[in-house]
Amino acid sequence: MTEVEEGPYLDVRDLRVHFPTEDGLVKSVDGLSFTLEKGRTLGIVGESGSGKSVTSLGIMGLHTVGRYGRSRPRISGEVRLNGRELLGADPDEVRRLRGREMAMIFQDPLSALHPYFTVGHQIVEAYRVHHDVSKKAARKRAVELLDRVGIPQPEQRVDGYPHEFSGGMRQRVMIAMALVNNPELLIADEPTTALDVTVQAQILDLIRDLQKEFGSAVVIITHDLGVVAELSDDILVMYGGRCVEYGTAEQVFRRPQHPYTWGLLGSMPRIDRDRGERLVPVAGQPPSLIDVPPGCAFSPRCPYADLPADGVTRTERPELRDVGGGQLSACHLPREERQRIWTEEIAPKL
Amino acid sequence: MLTYLVRRLFAVVVMLIVVMLAVFGIFFLIPKWTGVDPATMFVGKQADAAALEGVREKLKLGDPILVQLFDFFKGIFVGRDYTGGGDTVHCSAPCFGYSFKNEQAVWPVLVDRLPVTLSLALGAMVVWLVIGLTAGVISALRRGTVLDRVTMGVALSGVSLPIYFTGLLSLAVFSYGLGWVSDQYTPLHESFPAWFSGMILPWLTLAFLYGAMYARITRATMLEVMGEDYIRTARAKGVRESVVIRKHAMRSTMTPILTLLGVDLGALMGGAILTETTFSLPGLGQAVLTAINQRDLPLILGVTLITASAVVIANLVVDLLYGVIDPRVRLA
Repeated sequence: MTEVEEGPYLDVRDLRVHFPTEDGLVKSVDGLSFTLEKGRTLGIVGESGSGKSVTSLGIMGLHTVGRYGRSRPRISGEVRLNGRELLGADPDEVRRLRGREMAMIFQDPLSALHPYFTVGHQIVEAYRVHHDVSKKAARKRAVELLDRVGIPQPEQRVDGYPHEFSGGMRQRVMIAMALVNNPELLIADEPTTALDVTVQAQILDLIRDLQKEFGSAVVIITHDLGVVAELSDDILVMYGGRCVEYGTAEQVFRRPQHPYTWGLLGSMPRIDRDRGERLVPVAGQPPSLIDVPPGCAFSPRCPYADLPADGVTRTERPELRDVGGGQLSACHLPREERQRIWTEEIAPKL
Repeated sequence: MLTYLVRRLFAVVVMLIVVMLAVFGIFFLIPKWTGVDPATMFVGKQADAAALEGVREKLKLGDPILVQLFDFFKGIFVGRDYTGGGDTVHCSAPCFGYSFKNEQAVWPVLVDRLPVTLSLALGAMVVWLVIGLTAGVISALRRGTVLDRVTMGVALSGVSLPIYFTGLLSLAVFSYGLGWVSDQYTPLHESFPAWFSGMILPWLTLAFLYGAMYARITRATMLEVMGEDYIRTARAKGVRESVVIRKHAMRSTMTPILTLLGVDLGALMGGAILTETTFSLPGLGQAVLTAINQRDLPLILGVTLITASAVVIANLVVDLLYGVIDPRVRLA
C-alpha cells in the first residue's frame, strides 16, 4: 500500500459526474482536472451547485454505492490516488481505501453521526473496518484520537452519544473518526459551515495542526473564501461544474485572473473597509447544469462579456490557460485586458 | 435506563387504571345520564320486570357510582357474589363481571378465547414482519427496478383486498380444493400439527394484509434513511454496504415499524373479527361479535378491558424497545 508511484499523490483528470434526471442530464461536474501532493492543502471554492461536493464524493467513490437502475450517475475521467486508478477499480477495493487512505469530514456533524450509536462505537467501527484488532484496543485508539482533537475527558466522552455533544465538539468527533486510520488524503466538505464563528476558527486551527502533524494531502471544500485564505496552499475556483481559476493562494488572492473570482472577492466582507461601503454580490443566478450556456458558463453574469474575446469566438468554451507561474484561468478576455481591469477597476475597490 | 423503566411501568399502571375507569364509566354512567336503564343493557330488551329488578339488585345499581366501581374492582381481586331477586350467583376471582344473559362469568370466557386470538395475532405477526420487512427493504434498495414495482404491486393488492376475499379464496384453494391444510381450529395443547394446519391460512391471510402495509412503510422509511448523512458517513468509513444496511439503516428503520407494531398488535388482541369469522376461529373477536348481537354488556366490557390493556402493554413494550434502540428516548 505504501509503494511509491510516479506522479502526484492525487491526480484527477477530466472528471465528469452526470446525473440522469427526469428533466435531463445534470452535469454537476463536467471535466475537472487537478493534482494534489501530500502535505499540501487545496481549497475548492464555489457557490452552491458549482459541483464542489459532487467532486469530493466522486473522488471517494460514493456516488455509485447503493445506487441501481436509472438513478445511477454516470462518471467518467480518471481519479488516481497514489498512482492507482479508482474510477474503474473494483468497488470493494475502493471501499477498502475509503476511511483508510482517504477520509472525509462532512458539513453537519449532527446529521453525519449516527444518532443511535455512541461516538466511541462509531470511531471504533471506523478503525476496525480496516484493522484487525480487539474492541478494547480500538477503544483505546478512539480515546487517544478524541484526546488528540481536543475533547476534554475523552475516557468518559467516548461513551457519549452525538446529541450529548456541542456542535464544535461533534465536528471534533468527526475529525477524530476521519483521522483514526491515519489517512493520506483528507477531504473536508464545508467543515465549518454549520458551526459558530468562534468554533469555526478552532476547527480550522485543528485541521491545520493535524495536517502538519500527519503530513496528509487535504482538500477543503467551501464557499467561504476566508476559510481557504486561512488554510490553503492552492485554490481551485469552480463554476458550473468546471474549474475557472486555479493557482496558489498567493496568486489567486494577489492577482486573480477570472471575473468570477473577482466577484467572489468583491462579495467578501473585509474588516479594513468602510462600513458604509456595500458588498458587491455576483449578479444573476448560478447556471442550470442541464442546459449549460454555450461558450463561457459565466458569461450571462459576467460584466465583461461584451468585450472582444482572445482569438476565439465567444460561443466556444474557454479553456484553462496558463497565465503565468502555473496559474490557470478559463476566460475569453485577452490577458492584457484582464490585467488592466484587475489593476484599474477591481483591485482598488477591494 | 432503570429510571426510564420505572417511570414507564408507573405510567402503565396509571394508564391501566384510567382505562378501567373510562370503560367502566362509559358503560355505567352514560346510560344513567341518557336515561337508559343500565339493567336493560345487562339483561336485554325483552327482559321482564322481575328479571330487571333482580339485575338491579345484584349489581347494586342504586348505589353511588363510586361504590359500584369499588365493587367491580374488588371483584377482580377477591371475587364477587351477586345477590338479588331471590337468588345468588357467585363469580370467583378474578371477576370481570357476570353475563346474566348467558349465565356465566366473563373471565372464563376470556380465558377460553384469548389463546386463540393470541395464536392468530402472534403467528401472523411473525409472518408479516418477515415478509413485510424483507419486501420493503429489497424494494427500497432496488428502487425503480422491476423487482421494486412487482413487490409494491403485490403489496398494493394486499392492502386493497379484504380479508374475507383473500381468506375465502385461500380456504377454497388450499383447504377445500387441494386439501393441504385443515379448515378447523384445534387448540395447541391438543395437537401441535393440527393446530398449525388450522392456523396457517388465517396467519397468511392476516399477514398478507399487514405484511403489505409494513412493506410499504418499510420501503418508505428505508428510502428516507438511506439518504441520511450518517449513511454516507458509514460508507465513507469503508463499512461494507451489507453492514451499512443491516446495522446503520435497519436500526433507524425499525423505529416507525415498532410504533406501528405496538398499535397493531394491541388492536389485534381485541380479536381480528373478520379473520376469526372467515376461518371460524373461536377467538375474542367472535366472542365480542356474538356479545354485541346479544347486547351482552358484561362480556363486551370484559373484552374491551382486555383489548385496552393489551394496547397499553404492547405500547409499554414498544416504548422500552425504543429506549434500547434510540438513546435520545431515555432522556425524555
